[in-house]
Amino acid sequence: MLKDITIGQFFPGNSVLHRMDARFKIIITALFIAMLFSANTIIGLLPGILFMALCYALSKIPFRLMLKSLKPIIPIILFTSLLNIFFLDGVVLLRVGFVRITYDGILFTVMMILRIAALIAGSSLLTYTSSPISLTDAVESLLSPLKKLRFPVHELSMMMSIALRFIPTLIEETDKIMSAQKARGADMESGGLLHRAKALVPILIPLFVSAFSRAMELALAMECRCYQGGEGRTRLKVLHSKGADYIGLTIAMLFLDATVLVDLLL
Amino acid sequence: MSIVQTENLTYTYSLGTPFEKTAVKDVNIAIDEGELCGIIGHTGSGKSTLIQHLNGLVKPTSGSVFIDGQNIWDKGVKIRDIRFKVGLVFQYPEYQIFEDTVFKDIAFGPKNMGLSEDEVSRRVKDSAEIVGLRPETLGKSPFELSGGQKRRVAIAGVMAMEPKVLILDEPVAGLDPKGREKILAQIKRYRDEKNATVLLISHSMEDVARFTTKILVMENGGVFCYDTPPKVFGRAAELASMGLSVPQITRVINRLKSAGIDIPGDIYTVEYAVKKINEYLARK
Ligand SMILES: Nc1ncnc2c1ncn2[C@@H]1O[C@H](COP(=O)(O)OP(=O)(O)O)[C@@H](O)[C@H]1O
Ligand SMILES: [Mg+2]
Repeated sequence: MLKDITIGQFFPGNSVLHRMDARFKIIITALFIAMLFSANTIIGLLPGILFMALCYALSKIPFRLMLKSLKPIIPIILFTSLLNIFFLDGVVLLRVGFVRITYDGILFTVMMILRIAALIAGSSLLTYTSSPISLTDAVESLLSPLKKLRFPVHELSMMMSIALRFIPTLIEETDKIMSAQKARGADMESGGLLHRAKALVPILIPLFVSAFSRAMELALAMECRCYQGGEGRTRLKVLHSKGADYIGLTIAMLFLDATVLVDLLL
Repeated sequence: MSIVQTENLTYTYSLGTPFEKTAVKDVNIAIDEGELCGIIGHTGSGKSTLIQHLNGLVKPTSGSVFIDGQNIWDKGVKIRDIRFKVGLVFQYPEYQIFEDTVFKDIAFGPKNMGLSEDEVSRRVKDSAEIVGLRPETLGKSPFELSGGQKRRVAIAGVMAMEPKVLILDEPVAGLDPKGREKILAQIKRYRDEKNATVLLISHSMEDVARFTTKILVMENGGVFCYDTPPKVFGRAAELASMGLSVPQITRVINRLKSAGIDIPGDIYTVEYAVKKINEYLARK
């Protein structure tokens, strides 16, 4: 079912990671991505992966969920791996007719798989441990310097939070509409590409109709409560940075240093 | 023989995640052909989850579902055939409408069954007539209709498949009293004309009391009882303890009885109450 997609989902909890300031979590995630992309060798990826494992352990998020977050990207990984393994130049290990497999190709492919998997699994942790509201508040706070340049930071973050808020609703709605059409004998599992594309019509039309009417209702409700943008608005939950946040940031920086060092030394 | 039957039916949502929730627990029911069965229960008691098992939209976590004696999850059973046999009308079914004319939308189900043009057309007109849609409405866009009319189109869309078992999830929720009355009567008419079995979820004890032959009471994912309306509404205290009530007229009668007036206690429709009270007054 659609409900089983976990990317972008929030799993409430009370771990150290859950309690951290979302702004710091975003910065640390950026540092983590930097770790993965500054590494040039497989060993260089190790500090990043180690850092991710540490975070997962701290977050008390079940290991199963991490594997689940990787499921949707398996096709992408397979496809790019196949391309890389057969088409990269280097020391040839095996040759059958046209097809050859090189040592460098294998190394590069393994590295790429590790990098993509760690990227997805690691950054999923950000949404697993932060509520959508705290995330958008954090984005607004981090981007607030741009306000000086007249960039509509508040509007952007409001749009983001509305979008995030309605993802589960839309998924639920899609599920409901799909069930209702299946109950009328809609066949979505068999047939060729064209047939399947056609089978989407009875789902997409009701979905759009309801999304539009929902948007209208929401706009109306916001206007009724005199919403007029970010000017003078206060927050229900104010973000506070604590000691633990700075410690987390320091640890992430150390791991990034380690990555750079490992690459320099090897 | 029972047309709808379940054996130790259990279903858990989001199995294996922190959001695990067992919505249906060890349900055993057997509903006979021709019954007009009301399903009542507190919000969250698992009514909607249970009925989605009966046409194979949801696969049980454990246990089995039998339609006409056939286990619907046996190998070789085409689940689509089950869905044509057991028609399911969801709650607020008007959101499923997608075609540009009422006719085409009602025809969606019968067309999926692979029927001939003529047969599809006959069924569309037939079911439109049952739910009280005028012939000229068939050519209109369903999106122009009122809420109540849309509801009728959606119900007709399932009736047009002429299922042997018709299941409706709160079909009159959010309609005005007159509209409710009409739709319930139309559902009853469908059952009488097509010799079908009907299952109907409702929150209105009055509707259930007047229209059904049997009542299934759900509590916390399990079956509390399955019996005739007088027997079920005879257990007023137990129903009240699970947040349900008995029809208002039954409450009136119970008060009269406890005030010492000698009338039978199994009264649950206004018509029957009037008759019994008149009898009592004549005796006096
Ligand atoms: N799609 C779903 N995912 C997770 N839990 C659900 C879902 N649908 C229903 N539930 C839960 O299952 C229980 C039974 O729900 P439902 O069958 O809708 O009850 P009813 O129709 O009697 O109100 C409720 O506790 C509800 O929260
Ligand atoms: Mg329900």
